[in-house]
Amino acid sequence: MGPRTLFDKIWDDHVVELLPNGTAILYIDRHFVHEVTSPQAFERLRLAGRKLRHPENTLAVVDHDVPTSDRTLPIEDPESRHQIEMLERNVREFGVPYFPLLSADQGIVHVVGPEQGISLPGMTIVCGDSHTSTHGAMGALAFGIGTSEVEHVMATQTILQRRPKNMRITVEGVPSSYVSAKDIVLAIIGHIGTAGGTGHVIEFAGSAIRGLDMAGRMTVCNMAIEAGARAGLVAPDETTFDYIRGRRFAPKGEDFEKAVAYWKTLVTDDGAHFDKEIILRVEDMSPTLTWGTSPETVLPITGFVPDPAHESDETRRAQMEHMLEYMGLKAGQPIAGTPIDVVFIGSCTNSRIEDLRVAAQVVKGRKVANGVRAMVVPGSGHIKQQAEQEGLSQIFVDAGFEWREAGCSMCLGMNPDRLTPKQRCASTSNRNFEGRQGPQGRTHLVSPAMAAAAAVQGCLTDVRELV
Amino acid sequence: MEKFTTLSSVAAFLREANIDTDKIIPARFLKTTTCSGLGVHAFDAMRYTADGAENPDFILNREPWRKAKILITYENLGCGSSREHAVWALLDFGIRCVIAPSFADIFFNNCFKNGILPIALPRNVCETLMHDAGTATSDTKVELTIDLVRQMVIRPNREEIPFEVDPFRKRLLLEGLDDIGQTLQHESRIIDYENRQRQEKPWLPSIYIH
Repeated sequence: MGPRTLFDKIWDDHVVELLPNGTAILYIDRHFVHEVTSPQAFERLRLAGRKLRHPENTLAVVDHDVPTSDRTLPIEDPESRHQIEMLERNVREFGVPYFPLLSADQGIVHVVGPEQGISLPGMTIVCGDSHTSTHGAMGALAFGIGTSEVEHVMATQTILQRRPKNMRITVEGVPSSYVSAKDIVLAIIGHIGTAGGTGHVIEFAGSAIRGLDMAGRMTVCNMAIEAGARAGLVAPDETTFDYIRGRRFAPKGEDFEKAVAYWKTLVTDDGAHFDKEIILRVEDMSPTLTWGTSPETVLPITGFVPDPAHESDETRRAQMEHMLEYMGLKAGQPIAGTPIDVVFIGSCTNSRIEDLRVAAQVVKGRKVANGVRAMVVPGSGHIKQQAEQEGLSQIFVDAGFEWREAGCSMCLGMNPDRLTPKQRCASTSNRNFEGRQGPQGRTHLVSPAMAAAAAVQGCLTDVRELV
Repeated sequence: MEKFTTLSSVAAFLREANIDTDKIIPARFLKTTTCSGLGVHAFDAMRYTADGAENPDFILNREPWRKAKILITYENLGCGSSREHAVWALLDFGIRCVIAPSFADIFFNNCFKNGILPIALPRNVCETLMHDAGTATSDTKVELTIDLVRQMVIRPNREEIPFEVDPFRKRLLLEGLDDIGQTLQHESRIIDYENRQRQEKPWLPSIYIH
């Protein structure tokens, strides 16, 4: 066998059978299940008289449609209540491990998996959610699937997949202050576009990626899907092993040492082939945000809203004009200083303790600007508790932020946390699509530090001017 | 799953790239626990005005396209969220075939699993098909025909345009088969794999909650 990429190694290790047409039956080590994309899969299993092949390799959690307000009160929305009850019935019937709503273990599925030591290097991990790419930060091959595929994994512990191509994005250098993982990944998406990674698995490499902590690597891999990639990956290293050691479901003692010995083989060999290769310098990156309704429409905070008149492609020009109108922005205006109505700190992209620490540092001793609604939604119950112990929650509450329970919340506007029409939001989430955070809502994707800065200034702000 | 062999229909078209699955079906409609009934919410923000009335300018509200079974768009159709509800919404609306220069991966897979045929054709061909489709009126039948057996898109002027489709997926569509049964024919190989994995990675933990 010639030199192989990290992706090749994990893929080859999980091929159960290669079918004559080139499709592989790929073994799945971990399957995460949530309340929104699973009910139809459970129902069809039931109708077909099938069982879950390996419930002990499956974990269910409620996150997408749960309220993030007081959990001791009944859930007001009957449809949401029904969806949660349906999951609870299904996990009981099919014997699936489950983190219930009132447990501190509950949280956003892509935060919970790594936090509990359930997502490990070298694994194949799937979930009926596109941001499953997040777990790639562990050095796992992790990707989102549709509900029919959820059913297929439940019944067979495998998935039918064509082998994706290899892509490597190398980011070299040392970032200047307040250029975070979020800024790096936004800059990458701006560079390669929302279809730049389609059909590929992206390995993120280079000193700037190596220098990120696990939370940062998760932020980067989380948004690989926003570049169209099937998955994002970072090779596991000492940072990864240190993160995993001692976590609840991680291997312990001698098993851990054996696992590490295997995990250390999970690196791209010298001379391995990549179908696409991109090299970027982190010194060229600034605190970055989006101006339009696609994650590729990025600008440095010091930048100006682009002018469609300079776009030669007719379709793109029309799309830019439409975006400007939707976003209520004018071509050529500086993006900094644009007034905002809402700040959302949360989502599977940026709701980890590290994200909350950075945001709290900016907020400390300041107040949320008049007329701004600012909210922090931790990624899990454990993160919420830890932030409370560290005094972060007090900083947020003193400044006028809402301090909420864990869940997906305003990232996707499914539960009551939504923008009202034309409200402008600085959001640490991952998608700025039209209507994503609520009908006609206007989303600017930013890092936690930039979101915090926007909250206290009441407008999109260069966080570097505040610190 | 309904079989797919040939299909003749007027084609609706959206001259837009990067149509994301949030646009096809916003998250607030994902509270359902079944696959049916989502068609009425397909393209909600474009299809209805703020007071809930149909937007008369939107193609899927206009004759003859409101009965279209084929949808043509620009690049990267179905990007973003993995929600299969987007495909269920299209299917429930009546769409059985989507044509675009390119598709997002998960959406592309989800289509096949539900009996919708996604066809990738170059941008200029999509333009031609959109132009054809635009000449339809409620009186003149301007239909596009999809022949999956021969892998041909047939224009109203009878010109035939060949397209590619994975042979395995083609067979599942033609026969209306679900692929779980197909995979389970290889169950002995899955068992072999599981035995081997237990040997090679004894440290791989299972999830038990007490």
